[in-house]
Order: sequence, then structure tokens, then C-alpha cells
Amino acid sequence: MDAYTILQQAISGVATGGIYASVALAVVMIYRAIDHFNFAQGEMAMFSTYIAWSLMHAGLPYWWAFILTLAISFLGGVLIERVIFRPIHDAPVLSHVVVFIGLLAIFNSAAGFIWDYTIKPFPSPFASGGLFGSTLISLHKAGMIAVTLVVLGLVYAFFRFTEVGLAMRAAAQNPESARLVGVRVEWMTALGWGMAAAIGAVAGMMIAHDVYLEPNMMIGVLLYGFAGAIVGGVDSPGGAVFGGFLVGIIENLVGLVPFVGSELKLTVALVLIVGVLMVRPSGIFGTRVVRRV
Amino acid sequence: MTVGAGPQAVIPPKPVRPPSGLAVAGISLRAWRRFWLVLGIVVALTLPLFAGSFTTFQLTQAAIYAIAILGLNLLTGFNGQFSLGHSAFYAIGAYTAAIMMDQWEIAYYWTLPAAGLICLVVGFLFGLPALRLEGLYLALATFALAVATPQILKFSPLEEWTGGVQGIFILKPDAPPGLPLDQDQWLYYFTLAVTAVLFVCARSLVRSRTGRAIMAIRDNPIAARSMGINTALYKSLTFGVSALYPGVAGALGAIVVQFVAPDSFTFLLAVTFLVGLVIGGVGSIPGSLAGGLFVLFLPNLAEQISKGLAWGVYGVILILLIYVMPSGTAGLVRLVTIRLAKPSG
Amino acid sequence: MSRPLLEVGNLTAGYGQTRVLHRLGFDLGEGEIATILGANGAGKTTTLRALCGMVRREGEIRFDGRPIGGLSTEEVVRRGIAHVPEGRGTFVRLTVEENLRLAAITRKDRSAVAADFERVYDYFPRLRERRRQQAGTLSGGEQQMLAIGRALMLRPRLMLLDEPSFGLAPMIVQDIFGILRTINSEDRVSMLLVEQNASLALDLANRAYVLETGRLVLSGPAAKIREDDSVRRSYLGY
Repeated sequence: MDAYTILQQAISGVATGGIYASVALAVVMIYRAIDHFNFAQGEMAMFSTYIAWSLMHAGLPYWWAFILTLAISFLGGVLIERVIFRPIHDAPVLSHVVVFIGLLAIFNSAAGFIWDYTIKPFPSPFASGGLFGSTLISLHKAGMIAVTLVVLGLVYAFFRFTEVGLAMRAAAQNPESARLVGVRVEWMTALGWGMAAAIGAVAGMMIAHDVYLEPNMMIGVLLYGFAGAIVGGVDSPGGAVFGGFLVGIIENLVGLVPFVGSELKLTVALVLIVGVLMVRPSGIFGTRVVRRV
Repeated sequence: MTVGAGPQAVIPPKPVRPPSGLAVAGISLRAWRRFWLVLGIVVALTLPLFAGSFTTFQLTQAAIYAIAILGLNLLTGFNGQFSLGHSAFYAIGAYTAAIMMDQWEIAYYWTLPAAGLICLVVGFLFGLPALRLEGLYLALATFALAVATPQILKFSPLEEWTGGVQGIFILKPDAPPGLPLDQDQWLYYFTLAVTAVLFVCARSLVRSRTGRAIMAIRDNPIAARSMGINTALYKSLTFGVSALYPGVAGALGAIVVQFVAPDSFTFLLAVTFLVGLVIGGVGSIPGSLAGGLFVLFLPNLAEQISKGLAWGVYGVILILLIYVMPSGTAGLVRLVTIRLAKPSG
Repeated sequence: MSRPLLEVGNLTAGYGQTRVLHRLGFDLGEGEIATILGANGAGKTTTLRALCGMVRREGEIRFDGRPIGGLSTEEVVRRGIAHVPEGRGTFVRLTVEENLRLAAITRKDRSAVAADFERVYDYFPRLRERRRQQAGTLSGGEQQMLAIGRALMLRPRLMLLDEPSFGLAPMIVQDIFGILRTINSEDRVSMLLVEQNASLALDLANRAYVLETGRLVLSGPAAKIREDDSVRRSYLGY
């Protein structure tokens, strides 16, 4: 194995890492609003990707379908929060987990029912071939990185510079105080769901070209997304993004280790992650919760 | 606290146990409890005599799930820790049984204590470092365990033992000579007996001094520590015991199904246990039994409603169940009892 | 006589099964400052929380003639009631400026908002110095200033102040109470003040109410209440 292969895999890791980073970000957004992980995030993204596929088959050009899918996913996310989670927001965490599992089953089954379980190719908006004719990275992977970075940049700008973004941060940090300055906290939560759904949709549409479209395509991705979120720190969106990229790179480099790599790739990646947690139990960028006695 | 600002309970609040001295329809709650218990035992004992062999097989499966769910319940319901990795212990139990029977031709009943013991040790050892992690982080560590399990089972250097992707076939044991039972019926009664023993053990554990220490850690870890409870030791021990249960269940499962293969022990199995736990009732021992029946029959029911959308229907039922009974079957039963009960006398 | 700004009648509130307030009734006029006195656990904080829907409550609450008893906290706030909670409710991970900006997001009058920023910074120059700092790094007194500043950014007609002197050095308390007086006289903001330091509260307030175990036992002009024997013994300590 030479340095070139390692570099190639590392870059490829950045590309998939971007996907994990997006999913991690979506997970963290919902986590900050309702304090636990959305197990259905991956299936929601998968369903969005199918919607994009249908739109493209109906003749819409790629980017139009892309934007329309984002809008539909956003509305879908808001709707799920309002209709399904609002009525049980006081229920215990474990009950929420079961509802997430229920949602996961519904989306998975509905996708298989509507679009059947056969694997479908998903187009890439980028031309085939290498970037600047090199074999180091394909145009699609480079495009994927670019799209991810644009999305992450937009999300950052939204939270940093807009009033609604500020209100969402406040609502996540201290809901009671946020109400006291007139922030409609419930709507902020719904908005968070909508945005998470849209971000997840981007991840789904980007990865689908590589893994092909099928109802189970996001399960592995979601896993890495969770891992990224926890490694980076569940309460830190920036940390989650970093964690996602890190997990992507580790995953690809582990894949290079002969023998162990190919068969136990997932296991090794997860062991590394748990190892990080042993040393830093609240993630790399997470805030340590100090508990009062 | 106030409008949704307070921290949420991890575990569903337990409705207060109906006080004794109450009665439903003039019969005391104690008597009712005994009545249901006896009825349950009678039904459980006679059912395979009427039911077909497939139903008997399914009921055996439900009891096996109930054992695994009970193990998870000891951890989550009584000690307040999460695990998404109990499928791993089930797998270890199943492979222990299969390898012992396949490679060394050891009798099936010896595999249960072996599987239980191995899982107790593995669970305890896994528990030691993992318990540095709390809540979500422990969930991720156990999740990693669940995801890694099928991969490790397929790992080629271990193939000589595990049979790799192919798995291991084992023979179904016969009923002891002289008993007029077929194989399925015999396994049903065998499983039933094991289930009964394990449930009684769990009940005694929870009611013992150790059980109170375990629950004290759930309710207030800091206070528990200041009362001199060695929380790390108890938490690891609880983890070990809670791994023992799915270990035994896994061994039973292997014997009943006559086959083990890596893909039967994915993360989905861990999810199944979790669903059974919540639907049955977190922190309720009899609830685990209800949970076992639910997770076995719910998918069948869903499939009958719609074949193509079976999982979708399953999801809808799950969500509706959470709406209707947020603290599980056990919670619902308690609530109904309280509604119906009047002071006796 | 014109209608009072805030009218409360038969107000009952509590947490879970426990009732804390029992059929409270009182008014507050436009531009007036009233204080609620009482021992720990008498229900002072709960009264403020009940007014802005932070605890379950029953009874009649009218603000500016319109009922607000059924509104959620955020809607009450949007009607012009600013609550400065006990413990200040700072958004510790936002900067000082973001904390203030947040309070103005419900407002449409952009130019007035800019003027209010200046006004808050003029009242509390310390906040101007630290406006890029994370609010969690401020001292207790500065956080109290920030809480009051945040309330001002809402352009309220009524401020509910819960223990503004709590845990602060006497000098800073003097400053803050001076500023509250200015806010009241210049902007005609009415105030309902809950305060451990009864003497300080009676200096600032026009009216006073005394609460005992969730019931109103005494009310009247602040000067009168100050002279009441039992109040003097219980809350003023002489």
C-alpha cells in the first residue's frame, strides 16, 4: 500500500464524512430540541430521496427536484413534530424511542410498498470522471464535498446571523427563558425538525448515487451519523460536523488495513469511537455536564 | 416544574400500586392477583395440549423473548441504564449452546447454565468500562456491540467454530422417554419451566437488599453512593445479571429454532427487546411476559392486516400503543385496577 | 377613574396536586410600582409565575382590560409583560448582545429597537463593555443587569421582577434600584416587585401587598404598610 492510496482513501473519507456530518448535524438539531436521538432520521432521509427520484422521473431537472425535495422534507419534518410528537412531548424518553422505532418501520415499509424493494440507480448532478482529470478524487465526490460544505455553511449562517436562528438557539438552550422573551418554543422545535429533515434529505440525495437507492440504504449512514454526533459532542452542532468528517476518514482508512479492514470495518470504527468516549465521555467538543450534589 | 421545561423522566412513571385493602367486585386485590396467577398457570400448562405444533412453537418463542426482555428490564427498569446491545448477549448464548451441542455433543440442558454463566461474565466485564458512560453514551457503546456482533460472528478466523455466514444446524431434542409429548410440546414445557424459575429469581432479586441497592442507584445515584453503596460494582453486577437472562434465552432460542446464523442477531433484535420492554411495562416483572407475547404476535397481526405494508402497520400500532398506554401494559393494568377498585368491607 | 392596567381576581395556582395560591385578588395601576411581601414559601414567586402562565392557574387575570389568564407564556410576554425571573434566566452560551437582540425579535419597529439598545447600554455601561462576551462569564450583578436590560428590550408596559437584589453586593443593589426608578418614571413602565429586602422594596413601591401561605392578608399604600406593626416586626426587623 502506498502513500497515494492512503491519500485517495482519506479524500474519499472526507466525501463520505461530509454525508455523516450532515446526518450528525440533523441528529444534533433534534437532540438539542427534545433531548434525544431521532432513530428515524435515516429513514426520513431515505424517503426524501425517493421523493427526489420520483420528481426526476416525472421529468424535473436535477436541481429543481433537489430544491423541491428540500421543501417537501421540511414540511414533512414540521408535520411529524406537530402531529406525532407534540401530543406526547411529556412522555418518558423510552416511549419516545419506541415511537421513533415505529416511525422508522412506517417509512421503511411505505418506501418499499410505494417504490418496491429493487435497487435503483440515482443520478449525480456532476459529470463523471476525475476532478481536473486526476484519479485522486472523482467529480461526484468533489461535488458531494462542495454541496455538503455549502449546506453546512448555510446552516451556520442561519444560526449565527438570523433572528429565527437566534431564537432557535435560545429555545434549545433555555426554553423557559426563551418563552419569557416571547419566543414560541413549540414552533422552534417544529422548525428544528423541519430543518433536520431537509438536511437529512441532502445527505440522502448525495449518498444515493454511491450506495444506490433502496429502503435500507440509510441504516449504516445513520449509524455513522450518530457516532459522529457523539464523538463530536451531542450538544455542539460544530462538533457533530467535525465528528462526522472524522468518522468518515477513520472508516475509510480502517478499510485499508488488510484482512481486518474489509470484514470488520464497522466494528473497528465503532470500537475506536467507544475508545474516544472512554477518554472523553462527553465527546470532543461537548460540554461536560456538572451535576450538583 | 413548568410548561415542558423540566427534565424528562427516563423511565415511565409507575402508577402507584393499588393499596391493599381495596377490592374489585367485592373480592380483594390479593385474591384477584392469586386468581389471575393460577388461571395463567393453568392456561400455560394446558395450552399445548389443544394448540397445534406451530402455535406451541410460537408460544415457546414468546417465552424466550420474555426472558430476554426481563433481563433488559432488570437493567433499565430497576437500575436505570440503557442498552441497545442485548441482542449481543442473546447471540452469545445461542452460539454457546450451538457450539457445545455441535462440536462436543453435550446435552442441550447443560448449555443453559453455560450460556448464562458466560454472559454473566461477559456482561460484567463489558459493564466495568462501559459504566463510565451514562445515558446516551452507554446506549451508543451497547449499540456498537449490537452492530459488531453479526460481523464478528462472520469473521473468517472464527469460522471453524461459528460456521461463518452459514451458521450451525443442531438437532431438536426429544422428550425424555416415557413422557407422551412430541418435541415441540416438550420444548414448550422445558422453556416454560426455565422461564418460571428465572422470573421467580428476578422477583426475589428485586425484593432483596441487593435489589433495593440497585433501585436506589436508579433513583438517586449520588445519594446511593453517599449511603455507602458501591455504585460501580452494583451497576456492573446488574449489567452482568441482565446479560445472563438473554444469554439463557439465546441458548433456548438456538435449541428451539435448531439453527443459529449471524444475521439472526442484528441490531433489530435489540430493538425488538426494547419494544417489548416498553410495551410490556418498564420496571414490571410480569410486564416482561406481556412484552414477550407482544413482540412475537404483533408482527404477525400486522402482516394479517396488510402483507405489503406489514412493517408500516407494525409502526402505526406501536405509536398508537404508546399513545394509549404510555407506561406499558403493566401501567394500564394498574390504572384499570385503580379505577375499578373500591375499599373492601 | 381609569381602569387599572392589571386586574387579578380569584387567582388560584399550584404545582401538581399542591395548591400554592388561594383566590388572590389585586390590581396594579398604569405607571404604578407594587411590591409583594411575604415569608419564604408564601407564594410570591408563584404569583409572578401564575401571571405569565408558567404554572397552572385558574381565575381572572386581565391586562389592559383584556383577559390573559388562558394565554401561554410567550403570548403573555408578547402582550407587553416582561418577567425578570429569579436566577435571571440568562442564556449563558449566547453573547450579551445576542441576549438583548433576542428580546427584540418580536418587535417590528427596527429603528426604535436600535434606540433601545443604546438606552440599555446607557443604563448599564458594563453591558456595553462586555457585549461580545458570553453571558455565562458575567458576574451575578452583571447578569441581573442583563436580565433587566433584556426585559426593557421587549418594550413592556409591565415588568414582573423576582428578587432583583438576590445575591448581589449592596452597592450594586442601590444602582439597580435607582435604574428601576428611572425606568418607571421616564418610560411609565409599571412594576410588580417581589423582594426579600422589604425595606428596599417599600422605598421603591407605591403599593404593597402582604402574602401569607398563599393568601393576601394585607394591602395598601407602601407608606402605610411600612408603619404596620406586624409588617415591621416580621419583614423589616425593628
